[in-house]
Amino acid sequence: MKQFIKTIIFFACLGLPVFAFADPAPAPVVDKGDMAWMIVATVLVILMVIPGLALFYGGMVRAKNMLSILMQVFVIFSLTSLLWAIYGYSIAFTEGNAFLGGFGKLFLKGITADSQAATFSKGVYIPEYIYVAFQLTFSAITPALIIGAFAERVKFSAVLLFIALWFTFSYLPIAHMVWYWAGPDAYTDAAAAEAAGATAGFLFQKGALDFAGGTVVHINAGVSGLIGCLMIGKRIGFRKESLAPHSVTMTMIGASLLWVGWFGFNVGSNLEANGLAALVFINTLLATAAATLAWTFAEWLIRGKPSMLGGASGAIAGLVAITPACGWAGPMGAILLGLVAGAVCFWSVTFLKSTLGYDDSLDAFGVHGIGGILGALGTAIVANPALGGTGVWDYVANGVAEYNLLGQLTSQIWGVGVCIIWSGTVSFIAYKLVDMLIGLRVSEEVEREGLDISEHGETAYHH
Amino acid sequence: MKLITAIVKPFKLDDVREALSDIGVSGVTVTEVKGFGRQKGHTELYRGAEYVVDFLPKAKVEVAVADQLLDQAVEAISRAANTGKIGDGKIFVCNLEQVIRIRTGETGEEAL
Repeated sequence: MKQFIKTIIFFACLGLPVFAFADPAPAPVVDKGDMAWMIVATVLVILMVIPGLALFYGGMVRAKNMLSILMQVFVIFSLTSLLWAIYGYSIAFTEGNAFLGGFGKLFLKGITADSQAATFSKGVYIPEYIYVAFQLTFSAITPALIIGAFAERVKFSAVLLFIALWFTFSYLPIAHMVWYWAGPDAYTDAAAAEAAGATAGFLFQKGALDFAGGTVVHINAGVSGLIGCLMIGKRIGFRKESLAPHSVTMTMIGASLLWVGWFGFNVGSNLEANGLAALVFINTLLATAAATLAWTFAEWLIRGKPSMLGGASGAIAGLVAITPACGWAGPMGAILLGLVAGAVCFWSVTFLKSTLGYDDSLDAFGVHGIGGILGALGTAIVANPALGGTGVWDYVANGVAEYNLLGQLTSQIWGVGVCIIWSGTVSFIAYKLVDMLIGLRVSEEVEREGLDISEHGETAYHH
Repeated sequence: MKLITAIVKPFKLDDVREALSDIGVSGVTVTEVKGFGRQKGHTELYRGAEYVVDFLPKAKVEVAVADQLLDQAVEAISRAANTGKIGDGKIFVCNLEQVIRIRTGETGEEAL
């Protein structure tokens, strides 16, 4: 109200009649419901990483490497959290050029308890600190996903150095390219929209849709994982010895924590607790259930038995695929996307991997890379209002824009292509650099003995 | 005295213990073991990987008996552990030279 009165005084001073102020930019408001939801959502994403992802991955390695996985996830989470506060947030989420943000908020400079971050509704804001924290959790889980590709054979020190490099040169630019924009309030009319649009990230300008991180998180991490396992090489005994998971039970617990936490990831990405949040929620639920069934039945049909590991993997594939689409798909579109994701990811880890012969230990590429690409492209299809999607909101017209399927698909291909090339290149250079500086791979003796004892000086289980 | 070592299916362990108790055997030692015989292993599938598990889990039951109880004990074990299917296990019998009860120092059949 105070703001409103100030505005009236401002216009009065200009000598303009007050009725000309018929369509004022709404004064920024922070809703306590939104704020409460964002706290919960942020905690849920933390739950996905520690312990969710750690247990999901940990269960799939041999017992002698269990702690190495838990420790890598735990420390990557802590490391990227600090890097995010020091420079990550500023580079990803402040105005700069189309590829990188600025340095204005290094060390979170200038942010106070009163600072606000824009949401997707005009005039609705959330406190900036919770936005910083929410986005921090995304920047923390993404690098942790990569380690699944080269699990059981890489030095702990090499993992940390690689992650710091990759976080800086791949995660931050991609996040800026896909997600940075001036916020809805800048889109007052066509001219203002054009000016605001020019400040947005490169892929945002291309119109690539990524609601909760299909491109930024999953394709980004999956591609880096693929490059990693190709460069680091196979585990000793690959295809000769048993490298079977030591505890599918742990993997099921981890997958379930991921599924639960993913409601924070996807629904939290809406930044508000409103009707669209409810749509994102049901889409996340249904796509995951559909993908679980698709993987399970595909495996049952083709391999003879429905496995728990398959069920858990299917759930993750569905979660990955719905992530970019969850704010634009309708519930039936979400089911369709989930069914396709479950079947395609089953094919990729079962057949594609054996055909190409790379050792992506825990299928970081097979599930996150392939599922992410599928989801990103599928977003163009399920967002179509003709197929029950919401279409894309036009912030100038304040309504749903006419949907152009081919145009949207082109935008999505831009997102996927740029992310694959960017992450692939950064990863290649970063792996090379780390290999030259400290060496990526442990010695054969250490690999045989297991990383827990040799790298961390402890064992997970005492029989 | 004889030492009987029986390798049986794990889920038959309770039946074997009961059958031995019924004929008056007062103690056994049980170990979880792995091995293979005619049953061979089985295949496990984890995503794209297929692993042949050669060693199957079995229970090893060790029981020391007086000579006159041997036949009864062997019969009790084989009856209790029998399912008629491949993989039921085996029974080995060895001579046992000496038995000592640590608490009292008793030896021989007294100590069984």
